[in-house]
Amino acid sequence: MEGRLVLLGGGSSGVSTTESAVLSKVEVVSEACSYPAESELELGLGLSLGGGGGSTGNTKAANSSWGECGRILTAKDFPSVVSHRTNNGGSSSVAVSGTKRAAETESVSHDSGSPTGVSSQVVGWPPIRAYRMNSLVNQAKAQRGDELESGIGEKDKPKDALKKKLDYNGKQTSSATVNEKAYLGFVKVNMDGIPIGRKVDLNAHSSYEGLAQALEDMFLRSANSAEKEPLTMASKLLDGSSEFVLTYEDKEGDWMLVGDVPWRMFVGSVRRLRIMRTSEANGLAPRFNESNDRQRSKPI
Amino acid sequence: MHKKMAFSFPDEVLEHVFSFIQSDKDRNSVSLVCKSWYEIERWCRRKVFVGNCYAVSPRMVIKRFPEFRSIELKGKPHFADFNLVPDGWGGYVFPWIVEMAGAVPWLEEIKLKRMVVTDESLELIAKSFKNFKVLILSSCEGFSTDGLAAIAASCKNLKELDLRDCEVDDLSGHWLSHFPDTYTSLVALNISCLGSDEVSLSALERLVGRCTSLKTLRLNRAVPLDKVANILRRAPQLVEFGTGTYAAELRPDVYSDFAGAFSSCKELKSLSGFWDVVPDYLPAIYPVCSKLTSLNLSYATIQSPELIKLVSHCPNLQRLLVLDYIEDSGLEALASSCKDLQELRVFPSDPFGVEPNVSLTEQGLVAVSSGCPKLQSVLYFCRRMSNEALVTVAKNCPNFTRFRLCIIEPRTADYLTLEPLDVGFGAIVQYCKDLQRLSLSGLLTDRVFEYIGTYAKKLEMLSVAFAGDSDLGLHHVLSGCESLRKLEIRDCPFGDKALLANAAKLETMRSLWMSSCAVSFGACKLLAQKMPRLNVEVIDERGPPDSRPESCSVDKLYIYRTVAGSRFDMPPFVWTMEDDPSLQLS
Repeated sequence: MEGRLVLLGGGSSGVSTTESAVLSKVEVVSEACSYPAESELELGLGLSLGGGGGSTGNTKAANSSWGECGRILTAKDFPSVVSHRTNNGGSSSVAVSGTKRAAETESVSHDSGSPTGVSSQVVGWPPIRAYRMNSLVNQAKAQRGDELESGIGEKDKPKDALKKKLDYNGKQTSSATVNEKAYLGFVKVNMDGIPIGRKVDLNAHSSYEGLAQALEDMFLRSANSAEKEPLTMASKLLDGSSEFVLTYEDKEGDWMLVGDVPWRMFVGSVRRLRIMRTSEANGLAPRFNESNDRQRSKPI
Repeated sequence: MHKKMAFSFPDEVLEHVFSFIQSDKDRNSVSLVCKSWYEIERWCRRKVFVGNCYAVSPRMVIKRFPEFRSIELKGKPHFADFNLVPDGWGGYVFPWIVEMAGAVPWLEEIKLKRMVVTDESLELIAKSFKNFKVLILSSCEGFSTDGLAAIAASCKNLKELDLRDCEVDDLSGHWLSHFPDTYTSLVALNISCLGSDEVSLSALERLVGRCTSLKTLRLNRAVPLDKVANILRRAPQLVEFGTGTYAAELRPDVYSDFAGAFSSCKELKSLSGFWDVVPDYLPAIYPVCSKLTSLNLSYATIQSPELIKLVSHCPNLQRLLVLDYIEDSGLEALASSCKDLQELRVFPSDPFGVEPNVSLTEQGLVAVSSGCPKLQSVLYFCRRMSNEALVTVAKNCPNFTRFRLCIIEPRTADYLTLEPLDVGFGAIVQYCKDLQRLSLSGLLTDRVFEYIGTYAKKLEMLSVAFAGDSDLGLHHVLSGCESLRKLEIRDCPFGDKALLANAAKLETMRSLWMSSCAVSFGACKLLAQKMPRLNVEVIDERGPPDSRPESCSVDKLYIYRTVAGSRFDMPPFVWTMEDDPSLQLS
């Protein structure tokens, strides 16, 4: 059963979704379900206006609360880096779980440029259990001779371990073995205020934007649509502050702001993620780039 | 007070007879014979099996079987293994533990599969069951080493602790030290799923040393090879052993230490582990190979020549798990060396690569089917298949009970004829009359389902992905497969018609899973209305299904029979189609 790839806003909303769609785990709307294109556009508009403005004339109650979806800030928001305008593309790519990923070479396997087949784009296929998949992924990458990955302790050859005392930060690492499950593959994500954690597949993304979008979809969308009183995660303007910030725990147990280091290094050292209230992210503040014109204050 | 017929046995005699009947199915049959047998049986059933934890409530189980000592529970649907079931779906064991803590204080065994087990649950188990002996957690999650510490500290009679394929939060390796020094009754320990900091080696060595009845020990990857020798020397009586990382510096002293320890284990029948294999260390296990019946090399990244050498040392092998590095040539060697082989699983080393990285094709499977007359159970990942090969395999192995074929690229046709693989799988179900479990892949039309419905009369579990053309396919299966208990389907064009037409069938099955198919929300509601003893759960992360038109397909659908009614622990993205008052009006 083929779905069609829906890229939000065929131009008229002025939203550049294509970039973010390419980079992220793109959602597919099934043929059998007719989501009128307008509602998608409206959602896009709604989000870019930062509040239910675009969702009038739409009977779906869920949409208006989607208009209030916040964005999760990452380190990318703060330093003066060229933006991919994920702001607009963010939670507006509505739709289905059980998704297909973008059929772009870079989006799935981010080590070498090897092209990926259809099977790598589909969730849960081939049917291999997660722990086995992680173990295999480590193996395949090592075989493709990617020094960077194997340099972060994925393959636990003791003689390499003796050499690999320094990680990318130049700090001593105590143990060479990285917890398989925390390495590539599924990592746990918890969001403040939501008791049930989720898991996100790091293999599916090749950049922070993609990860951030997937997390927004996962947490902001389902939380809002499901509960009677949506959590108040109202976003300000899209380039303004959000109530939440994305952090991760690394191998050493330190909590860091996501986005500081190159993506691959991040993937090699992340153990789990936490979507933290910005007000609690004080300890991470020093990473904010003061001179950034998009600087925002920490507490709301 | 039962009216006793002159020729009937006293209860005690019947109870004694029933004690020889262990199988769940047989026990269930016994209980249907008559009311008095039902009564006697229920008081003496010691092992309870609940295939779906939501099919019945803990209280109901305890009420019917007040004296059970062992319980086995299964939670999430099988496709949860492949991340198709969102986190938080359910399968919590805590409510069961709470009920049993009060009512079944003599509980000895708990076996769980795909359930969420919290530290709180483990602590409650540790506190509540004085004679607790066996804890087997298979593919469970939600707990940490703290929970394990509680079990270790309190369960003085613990014999088995098996955490196969679980996801454990690593907090501290010292949980093992919580086994008191006086504790010596361990028989089986499987910690292969644990991560890096989760086992204190010295505590492990002491534990192994004092538990002289230890028969099964499966270590986790973090245990280095050079430490394994110490452990093995303390447990020469081991029958099943799983190594940690199988890599060490190539030093003669390390090697001989390890090899010596290994050869002192004369009872070894099963080996596993073998992460990060350094091939030079493989010969260390040759001395034990001749007795091996089970070998799990599915993490061993060794190439075909080494694998061939290894399996040629194992003439008594019955079960082999291996990566596709073994290649067709290795499977041919296997077929000629291991005539007792019953189960083979071949996993892909590079599942996402487009081009094959190894020379493993349908030929390997054909070779094994031809050379191993006792072959019963196959799980095979490959990249190409032909009807011809499948027909050959089917004719070679009429005794198959489990056949799971995964052609990695969805909808791959017969590579020789470019036709669908209907005929090949048709041969499998036709020749293998005792087939209980089947997983399909490749290009398949409705025709394959017609074959399945016609021939697969003993089939209990069927997994389908990217197959079929229309509702007719689903209809063939639901109407034809008399023994069907579990059906799981993803990405197939099956919709409302077949489901509604076969609604009654669903009550004879444990469960049905359909994701990314074409079942509408309206049909789900209708089904729930027609069949009050089914829970029809819609899992949809897009939002409430009634926020979309009724004709809209649901994302994921999980239907199961239950006598416990709707469950109360559903997360926000799961909706049960209940008997809705508003439906009555329509």
